[in-house]
Amino acid sequence: MLAQFVPDGTAPSPIQYLAADGALAEGVTPSMSDDEVRAGLRLMMLTRAFDTKAMSLQRQGRFGTFSQVTGQEASIVGSASALDPRIDWVVPQYRELPALLRQGLPLSSFMLYFMGNLAGSRIPDNVNILPIQISLAAQIPQAVGLAWGLQLQQTGGVVIVYFGDGASSEGDFHEACNLAGVLKAPVVFMLSNNGWAISTPRHKQSAATSLAARAPGYGFPGVVVDGNDLLAVHAVTSEAVARARAGEGPTLIESVTYRMGPHNTADDPTRYVVASELDAWKPLDPIARVQRHLTARGLWSDDQCQVVEAELSAEIEEALVVARAAPPPSASQLFDHVYADAPATMLRQRAARLGVTA
Amino acid sequence: MAELTYREAIAYGIAQELRRDPTVFIFGEDIAGAGGVFKSTVGLLEEFGPKRVIDTPISEQAILGAAMGAAMTGLRPIAEIMFSDFLAVCWDMVVNEIAKIRYMTNGQVSVPLVIRTGNGGGSRFGAQHSQSVENWAMAVPGLKVVAPSTPADVVGLLAASVRDDNPVLFFEHKSLFATKGEVPSGELVDTLGTAKVVRHGKDCTIVALALMVPRAIAAAEVLAGRGIEATVIDLRCLVPLDTQTILSSVSETGHLFTVEENPRLCGWGAEVVSIVAEECFWALDGPSIRITTPHVPLPSADVLEDAVIPSVERIVNVVAKSLDA
Repeated sequence: MLAQFVPDGTAPSPIQYLAADGALAEGVTPSMSDDEVRAGLRLMMLTRAFDTKAMSLQRQGRFGTFSQVTGQEASIVGSASALDPRIDWVVPQYRELPALLRQGLPLSSFMLYFMGNLAGSRIPDNVNILPIQISLAAQIPQAVGLAWGLQLQQTGGVVIVYFGDGASSEGDFHEACNLAGVLKAPVVFMLSNNGWAISTPRHKQSAATSLAARAPGYGFPGVVVDGNDLLAVHAVTSEAVARARAGEGPTLIESVTYRMGPHNTADDPTRYVVASELDAWKPLDPIARVQRHLTARGLWSDDQCQVVEAELSAEIEEALVVARAAPPPSASQLFDHVYADAPATMLRQRAARLGVTA
Repeated sequence: MAELTYREAIAYGIAQELRRDPTVFIFGEDIAGAGGVFKSTVGLLEEFGPKRVIDTPISEQAILGAAMGAAMTGLRPIAEIMFSDFLAVCWDMVVNEIAKIRYMTNGQVSVPLVIRTGNGGGSRFGAQHSQSVENWAMAVPGLKVVAPSTPADVVGLLAASVRDDNPVLFFEHKSLFATKGEVPSGELVDTLGTAKVVRHGKDCTIVALALMVPRAIAAAEVLAGRGIEATVIDLRCLVPLDTQTILSSVSETGHLFTVEENPRLCGWGAEVVSIVAEECFWALDGPSIRITTPHVPLPSADVLEDAVIPSVERIVNVVAKSLDA
C-alpha cells in the first residue's frame, strides 16, 4: 500500500497520575497543591450531590431536562482548575456545571436556567463563561472566535471549550480546529470522551482509535488523559493552557471518562448500556479515587467527608431558596431582547397579539 | 462627491468603518490578498494590514462562529460569506446561535457583527451561486436584513450596519457590482429600516429591492410613456421594514406591486402585501400584485435566467395590464 498515514489500530494509553486505588504513579509531580486538590474534591462532591438533588426535583416537575455530571467530575474539575478565572474563559456545552461554578457562576443561576427562568441566563459580570450550549458543537467555533478576540486584544486570556465524543463528529469541530490551528488561537479543546452520545457508543461515533490523534492533522498537539484522574487532567490541561498563553496555539485533550448516568433526565440508559460495562467503570470513580489518595496521605477521613457532605447539602438548599425567590417570567420577556432596538413591526405585534404594552 | 461603482463602494464603506473604529475588522475567504472574488475588498489589506483584514480557511461555519465569539469580546467583526447560497452551509450559526444569543441571555450578550454576502442572479452563476435568499433571513427573529441598490446606499447602510448592536445580514447584489453612482464625500451614515421613494407617481406603487430597483425605475419610465405614473420605493431593508413609507404611498395611489427576485413562495413581497391588506385595505383600488421569480431554481443558461427573473418588460406588462392601460 502506498499510503503514508495508516491507522495502526492502537490508541495511546491515557496519561494517569493516580491509580484507581488512589496511589500516585512513580516519578510524577502533581501540578495541584494539596489545598487545590481538596478544593477540587469539594467541587466534585458538590456536583455529585447536586446531580442527586436535581434529578429528584426534575422527577417532581420542579426542574427542567438536564444532564448529570456523575462520573465525569474529575475531567471537568481537573481541567477547569487549571484556569485563571480572572482572565481565562470557559465555553461549556451542557454538562460542565463544576467548571461554571469554579469560574464564579452562582449555583442558583444554574438552577434558574434549568427552571426555564431567563434570569438564569444572565451571567454575573466578571464571570468569564459563555452561556450553556444546547446545540451540539456550535460552541466550538465560537470559542475559537472568543480566543481570537482575546488574542487580538492582548488580554493574555485562554479559552477552554468543552464538548463530547459525539459532538466531535460535527462539522463545526473540524472547522473550528482547522481555523484555530491557522490562527494559533489561545484555545484548549477539551473533548470529554464519556463513551456515549445519547445511545450511540464511542466505537460507532468514529472509526478512529483515538480522537486526540486528529490534532496533528490540524497542526497542533493532542493528548489522551485518564478523565477520571483529577491530578492527570489538571497536569495535562495546565500544560495546554501554558502553551496557549505563550502564543503556541491550541491543544486537543481527549479526556477518557464514562457517563455513569443517563444522557439527560429524559433518557433511559438501561435500554442500551450493558450492565457489565457500567460495573467495570464503578471502581474507577473519580471522587472515590481522590478520597483514597488523600486518605492514604492523612489528608482526608470519613468524619471530614460527613462534615463536607452536610455543608454541601446546605449550600444546595440555600441556592434553591435563592432560585425559588426569583420572580416568575413575564409575557413582555417574549419580546424583550430579540433586538437591541425592537423594530416597529415587532412592537405592534407585542401590543396587538398579547396586549403587552409595557 | 465621487462617482463609484457599487463594488468600489463596498471597499470604500468598509474602509470608512475600519478607519473610524479600531474594534472593526473584516475576514472571510479570499478577501485580503485577492481583494475578494468580486474585487469588492480591494485595497483594504494594503491600508489596514493583515491583523484587521484576514483571509480564512474555506470554513463558513468557523467564519461565522468565530465572528460571533469575537463579537462577544467587544469586537465588531465584518464577516464575508462569498456567495449568499453558502449561507446554507452555516445557517445553524446564523439562526440558532447569532440571532438568538441576545434573547437567550436575557439581553446580556450582544453580537454586533455584520455578515456581508454576494446575493442574487443575473450573472450566469447557476442554481447554487445565484439565489436571492434575503427572504430566508427575513424569517429569522433577531436578524436585521439589508440589501442596498446604489453605491451611496452601500456606504451609508454598511456604516449603519457596522454601528448597529444587532447582527446584520448585508446582501450585496452581484449583478449591481459594475453599476455606478455618486457617493457624497465625508462620513456617510444612513439609517436602517428606512425605505426610499426613488420616483413619485400618482397611479401606482411599485416596491422593489436591490437589483429590482433599477428595473422598477426603468419600467416606471416606460409606463410614464403610456400614461401611467408610478411611485417606486426602494425598500433597502427588510428588517426593520419601513411599513410607513409603503402604506402612505399605497394610500395615495391605491395600487400595489412588488418586484421580487426571490422565488415566489414566502418572498418578502408576500409580507408587504399582507401588511397592506391588513392596514390599508380600504385604500386599495385593485388587487395587489407580486412580480417575482417563479418557484424554480435559477438556470445558468442566459436566456432562461433572463426569462425567470423579473425584467423591465415583465414589470411594464404586468402593471399596465393590471391598470388596464
